[in-house]
Amino acid sequence: MSIDTAPTASATALDASSGVAARRDILRRVLMTIGPILAALVIAGCILLAVGVDPLAYYGYVLEKGLFSPLGIQQTLTRMAPLLFLAAGLIVAFRAGMWNLGGDGQFLLGAVTAAASAPFFVGIMPAWLALFCAFVVATLVAMIWSLVPALLRAYQGVNEIITTLMMTFLGTSLANVLVKLVFRDPGTTVPQTRTLPVEDRLPRLFDTTITSGLLFGLAAIVIVHLVMTRTAFGLKLRIVGANPRAAVHAGLGVPGLTIGVFAISAGLAGLAGAVDIIGVQGNVRADWNPAYGLAVIPAVFLARMNGFAAIGFVFLLSVLSIGGESAARRLGVPNHFTLVLVSIVLIVLALAEYVDHRYNQSRKA
Amino acid sequence: MSNLSSSPVDDIVALEGVTKRFPGIVANDSIDLSIRPGEVHVLLGENGAGKSTLIGMLSGLQQPDEGRILVDGKPMPITSPRQALALGIGTVFQHMMLVPTLTVAENLLLGGPWWQRPRTEELEARVAEITRSLGIVVKLHARVSELSLGEQQQVEIVRAMVRNSRLLILDESTSMLTPQGIEELGALMRRLVEQGLAIVFITHKLKEAAAFGDRISVLKLGRKVGEIPPERFRALGEQEIISEIVELMFGKRKDDPEAAERPVASVDTEAAPLLQVIDLAVAATDNAPGLSSISFDIRPGEILGIAGIDGNGQKQLAEALSGQRVASGSVRLEGATIETLSVGERSRRGLRYLTDDRLGEGTVGTFPVSINFFLKQVGAAPFWRNGVEQRAEIDRRAGELVREYDVRTPSLKTPVARLSGGNIQKVLLARELAEGAKVVIFNKPTYGLDLANTLASRQRIRDAAQRGLAVLLISTDLEELLSMCNRIAVMANGSLVGTVANADDARTRVGRLMIGLAA
Amino acid sequence: MTGLFSEVFLSALLFGAVTAAIPLLLAGLGEQMSEKAGVLNIGIEGMMLAGAYLGFVGAFYSGSLWLGFLTGAAGGMAVALVMALLCVRIGLNQIVIGIALTLGLEGLTALLHHFQFSRSYPRLPAPNPTVIPTLADIPVIGPAFFKHHLIVYLAVALVVAMGYLYRRTQLGLNLQAAGDKPAALDVAGIDVIRTRTIAVLSTGALAGLGGAYLANVGAGLFIPFITNGAGFLGIVLAMLARGRPVWVLFGALLFGVCLSLTTAMQVAGINIPTDVIQMLPFLAVMMMLVLFGRRASLPAALGIPYERGAR
Repeated sequence: MSIDTAPTASATALDASSGVAARRDILRRVLMTIGPILAALVIAGCILLAVGVDPLAYYGYVLEKGLFSPLGIQQTLTRMAPLLFLAAGLIVAFRAGMWNLGGDGQFLLGAVTAAASAPFFVGIMPAWLALFCAFVVATLVAMIWSLVPALLRAYQGVNEIITTLMMTFLGTSLANVLVKLVFRDPGTTVPQTRTLPVEDRLPRLFDTTITSGLLFGLAAIVIVHLVMTRTAFGLKLRIVGANPRAAVHAGLGVPGLTIGVFAISAGLAGLAGAVDIIGVQGNVRADWNPAYGLAVIPAVFLARMNGFAAIGFVFLLSVLSIGGESAARRLGVPNHFTLVLVSIVLIVLALAEYVDHRYNQSRKA
Repeated sequence: MSNLSSSPVDDIVALEGVTKRFPGIVANDSIDLSIRPGEVHVLLGENGAGKSTLIGMLSGLQQPDEGRILVDGKPMPITSPRQALALGIGTVFQHMMLVPTLTVAENLLLGGPWWQRPRTEELEARVAEITRSLGIVVKLHARVSELSLGEQQQVEIVRAMVRNSRLLILDESTSMLTPQGIEELGALMRRLVEQGLAIVFITHKLKEAAAFGDRISVLKLGRKVGEIPPERFRALGEQEIISEIVELMFGKRKDDPEAAERPVASVDTEAAPLLQVIDLAVAATDNAPGLSSISFDIRPGEILGIAGIDGNGQKQLAEALSGQRVASGSVRLEGATIETLSVGERSRRGLRYLTDDRLGEGTVGTFPVSINFFLKQVGAAPFWRNGVEQRAEIDRRAGELVREYDVRTPSLKTPVARLSGGNIQKVLLARELAEGAKVVIFNKPTYGLDLANTLASRQRIRDAAQRGLAVLLISTDLEELLSMCNRIAVMANGSLVGTVANADDARTRVGRLMIGLAA
Repeated sequence: MTGLFSEVFLSALLFGAVTAAIPLLLAGLGEQMSEKAGVLNIGIEGMMLAGAYLGFVGAFYSGSLWLGFLTGAAGGMAVALVMALLCVRIGLNQIVIGIALTLGLEGLTALLHHFQFSRSYPRLPAPNPTVIPTLADIPVIGPAFFKHHLIVYLAVALVVAMGYLYRRTQLGLNLQAAGDKPAALDVAGIDVIRTRTIAVLSTGALAGLGGAYLANVGAGLFIPFITNGAGFLGIVLAMLARGRPVWVLFGALLFGVCLSLTTAMQVAGINIPTDVIQMLPFLAVMMMLVLFGRRASLPAALGIPYERGAR
């Protein structure tokens, strides 16, 4: 399996020198991002018109509820926290050429572990330590979960797309089994885990409802970006991703790095689940699966696996999903329309990048 | 050269003022060419002279920006490979164009109408007829991945014949062949033109051009700088032709530049060996031969050559020594055993391996030139400190290496894959010969390079030996080994069948070993 | 309920297994074709949803199941056309577009369903099975395997047809060449883009048919997200089958049995979460991979857009 995306991204990252040219490049990138998004909104608007909804009213609500209302923007920023962790995990994996499509399973297992362990730890130690321990346990569980695909890929060459996809089906079911049979809260009739009291959850930022998980998420993705672009470890992973045979030839321990990549990627996905539970949800209900992973994968691609660009795309994704949820309630458009919108944005952005690339090539010629 | 082109009616294909531009370069600059039946037309030129682009246009992969192509005297744009085939233009590409997972027969059948059942019986009869007239054997039911490169090439030639090609284009077809295979190809081309075909034979080797051609066109930097027509060709001897080509290519008359290299330096035979290999063995795998009981020593300053037909275990030997392949037996570097060490550790101790697969494993094509200098030192000071990249330090040292090794690159940030083969090889040479090198394995170091880069690479290797390094030089080019090595070992079927000192009679003795006779 | 292993129960279980296996089989066969030709079709889940929705709409308004299958296949093909244009013709990233199409069709079909059917939730009448004479009278096996809708037998026959296509026809050779060495196919005079487009469109038709079967025969109605990962299962099956259609059939049946078992256990009132049984096929496959861990031998050019003359 070799899908040619990682190399270009890494090359541009290294090429991005300081100076005017770089600033102009960033400006062009921003324009090339905003233009397609507007185009996508127009296309999606036509769909709304077709089903008899006023698109302007719809977008008005999305912007108001997702971006401009104090409560909305706070919800949006809160939603970003788990998505940032997931994106960070995917950046590591994709840059190393490993197609970890098992993010959702890792996320859910991290979430269930955190939901089960946090109330337990809170009972026996100070709250800050308890939450820290819950994060550690969730991360470890997700890492262990990734071990099977990692070992199979590292030592048997089994394609990780199949194994991680299967592990995500398996993980989703296992998370449900755990919620229903093992960690079920005896005090409720609906199957769910014990609820972490609001005062024991991650603190909120200042006087807002924004979870402090946002800061951890931002830190995680920035650290991942710097590690991948500025350190020997990151370079080794990028070599493995861009040309595995060159990695062997250069004497890198490819199996070890492979396992490391899976552990980091899955660990971050597990952290994403833990942050969502300990910061926001408080418990895991049976059959809960927000399927964030599937939405974050294309966002990471469009960001060309650049951490800072990924923050922007994750923000966009959050605005659309939070705003879309509110607009759905107000206008009777089901929440699912957000999926359509996200999909159109992705496709138009990908198209715009293609057109831009072609334009640049013909200009150089 | 317009006075040389005669009436275009005889030509199967003629090019008139064909120009093709790519970003930043003019690959072909108003080229005229006439291709006639019954002639081997040699296109000769260094890397980057525009040979491949010309082939691309003849085979329908690319279209000229200016000028026109005439087929049978009529202007005829060739817009797709399908159309090229329909016009009777068959191409054997430099990189094999067979599907490795299909059988030979299935590959030959590719291209038929999709609704049809493959006509296997018809094909078998046709192939039998063709191979009989050419005196070659083609295993129709073998999977292509099981064939040697020479066999694959014959399949491609047969494919062109099955399609009733009138013009056969052979792009750098000898670069992967053994000396014997090259001779066979030459004879095969002769039989084909006798049957009335036209052949375009692309090479950068002067001797092949002189030996196999009827007409020679010389390309240089996208321009056609000269042509030797058949009448003149027949009138001249081989040496005269070579010197005339050299004059066309390099602008001044000189003797065969390969012959002018200086003789081999002597070695202190008393010195302790730097590299000792004892009973090295590798198990055979599905697609690679094994190695058995390989033993040799190399002393400081010595160049030991490994001769042999490609695919007899040379690559496996190099990989076993470098640690990339599991092997049994003992390998000692300066007396210390290293066979249990990893690839990286062997490299740090001074055992370096310059691979023959420059883009496949030697470099990361999309990474900048600067980083590719240090691929084998990732994490090492002073280029990384506490695991953090020291960009200034990397660029400073990379800049030095670029100057020292004369790497022609637009900048240090240019992705290495955009450089020419010769310049990529310079990057690899700089990397493997960097400080700390004690033993260096060179695997086909001049394969695919043009003359200037070939000579430069050989000089680097000699200089390395001069500095006291031990060198293992693997090559399929006997001339190269004879011009450089102190001793030459011959490899066949995964073992060393004999070692001869590079004295006056070395050529015959190595030749006898290669064909299975005692030296 | 006469006990867990009564004849009736067993044949109902197997009947359900076949019903559950057919959409997976069709999706797997479809995905296999794309992958053979070098296109990793992650959008197959979206194609199935399009097929399920349009298949249901077609059958509901026309009253003909067959017309429903036709509109379903057409729906899948329409999505595949987008994929072919974006990923095959202009070479956009197959994973990005595939996921985007899946997300988009999840949303779009749910949206359309909301405006069209969410008040009435209409159902289709139960399909008429084609009973195969004499074979259907065999105890247990008969009712389980020989009393299905005609399309089921056709889907199984398709396995044989695909095997023939890959091994014995010119198109089969072309597909394999497009996946393993597209440049070789191109210089042999066959248009790689066209070959891959054919493959992707066929994938869409098969996936759409699978979706239509799921809605029209399996469930009798359309509900949002009805495929519930069946397309991704198809990807898994295709990759495990190493290019052999018959292995897709075996795999689909294995998953079908497990899916059917979950329903049966709910009916039987057994008190384990259905998730446990849903895990079984994945556990079995993962165990097989761990024990026999063979390389999946995927086409060399899988996922790489073809561009003529690019090195």
